[in-house]
Amino acid sequence: MTNATKEAYLPAGLPAPAPSSEGLATEFWDGTRKHELWVQRCTKCQTWQWGPECCCHNCNSFDLTYEQVAPTGKIFSWERAWYPVHPALKDKLPYLTVLIELPQAGNVRMVGNLLGDPMQQVNIGSDVEAVFEDHDDANPPYTLVQWIVKS
Amino acid sequence: MTDRTLRGKTAIVGVGETRYYKRAAAPDPEFKMVLEAVLLACEDAGIDVKDVDGFASYSNDRNDPPRLSAALGCKELKFSNMFWGGGGGGGSGAVSNAAAAVATGLADTVVVFRGLAQGQFGRFGQGSTANVAAGPGAFTAPYGLMSPAQTFAMRAMRFMWEHNIGQEALRALSLTSYAHAQRNPRAVMHGRPLSAEDYDNSRWIVEPFHLFDCCMENDGAAAVIVTSAERARDLKQKPAYILGASQGSDYRQAATAHNSPDYPTSNFKTVARNLYAQAGIGPKDVDVLQSYENFTGGVLMSMVEHGFCKPDEVNDFFTPENFYFEGGKLPLNTSGGNLAECYMHGLELITEAVKQIRGTSFCQVPNVNISMVTSGPMVQPVSNSIYSSEPNP
Repeated sequence: MTNATKEAYLPAGLPAPAPSSEGLATEFWDGTRKHELWVQRCTKCQTWQWGPECCCHNCNSFDLTYEQVAPTGKIFSWERAWYPVHPALKDKLPYLTVLIELPQAGNVRMVGNLLGDPMQQVNIGSDVEAVFEDHDDANPPYTLVQWIVKS
Repeated sequence: MTDRTLRGKTAIVGVGETRYYKRAAAPDPEFKMVLEAVLLACEDAGIDVKDVDGFASYSNDRNDPPRLSAALGCKELKFSNMFWGGGGGGGSGAVSNAAAAVATGLADTVVVFRGLAQGQFGRFGQGSTANVAAGPGAFTAPYGLMSPAQTFAMRAMRFMWEHNIGQEALRALSLTSYAHAQRNPRAVMHGRPLSAEDYDNSRWIVEPFHLFDCCMENDGAAAVIVTSAERARDLKQKPAYILGASQGSDYRQAATAHNSPDYPTSNFKTVARNLYAQAGIGPKDVDVLQSYENFTGGVLMSMVEHGFCKPDEVNDFFTPENFYFEGGKLPLNTSGGNLAECYMHGLELITEAVKQIRGTSFCQVPNVNISMVTSGPMVQPVSNSIYSSEPNP
């Protein structure tokens, strides 16, 4: 069962994600549209790599692929933001940003928001699962990967 | 190859600083302020500006050496140098590049400078308002993680959790800078004392950083002059010999999307080791420290990684009393630094380190022999430097 929502945690107006001009992360963002989590992996030495790069940092092979992983993780660090770093955020303070570690993918980390009460107590090490947040009306449409504490 | 060291071969012989202003308050354009700082540094050193033959800066400073050299009428330009990387990570790095140029004969008189005019140009501390974040920014900006404070709070939060460090440790750093700034009439926060209660009551920017854990944003310019140790002896001022200056980054610290393998770090583990090896001293020899405060959490990790205390000693060691210039165990940020003197991207920390060697600081520590600077924790790359009253202490 995959979690998905069409309700955005943060207000409209923030930048939309896009692959790099080198094409890095295209597979990742295509995957989130299908509510799947894909991480870059080296075909030659099997090293997981995130963020994506042009070569494997371990064996320097250019033969990289993407592999689908379970959309779960653990809270590695977190922060509660109180200052509007972007005009769109001025009425949505505070909010929680978390850094999630993915043990099933070589402990790579992903940034997202922690859904729910922004004043909730956040515990490093807590198990979380991904919630795919669809922005279907954007042009082009995109999907963010958010996180929620496992009940 | 025992000669492959900068140790004692060069010195800072001149410092120049414009007045420091609140953000966007400078009456002059940035380039003009840099010219003023260079001229003041030359006057301080007793060097003819026409003899300046090199310039080094960092953080993509907008004032390029060919234009500076032409504007000032310097006879020739032999060294035109930019230290890559953002923030204040290149402050000491630019000094090390200048020192390397002088030590190897590429140039003789090299100015290290930084200028900032945020009214004329843009601000730090605000996210981009572009519609799209492509590449690494795509993994953070859509989630509202856009500012330096947010980028670094994530590291500090993890470090404080791992070592059970209280908010009081960060507060001690902020109170120290503000206390020192009250004695420094050049400080932007001179006349604006800060109490523990003020700190506790101040708003959060992003937990664990209150307002007073964050550097200011300011306008102004600063410059220092690096030349050979031999020449330094005959100039106007007491030389601040460059005992060591190191730069760099630990393994994959710049991995994107917060994926550096070692995460709760100031990125100084390798660079601190290299600095002490070059200088031939250790943390116990340091008389006074200027530790770059983009955010207090970075100072905390930087001081630990430079060996001033162990992580489990932070809660006891980090007190305003221990860091005060009078009677403190480790006098710290004695001008007020980025928090309370001026955010000149840490070049003001290097001028203060030199003043401590000369004996001319507003918060002068007695008998300073070793004066140290750490530049730009948590960015990639970072740098640091050690100055001494003797070329071979």
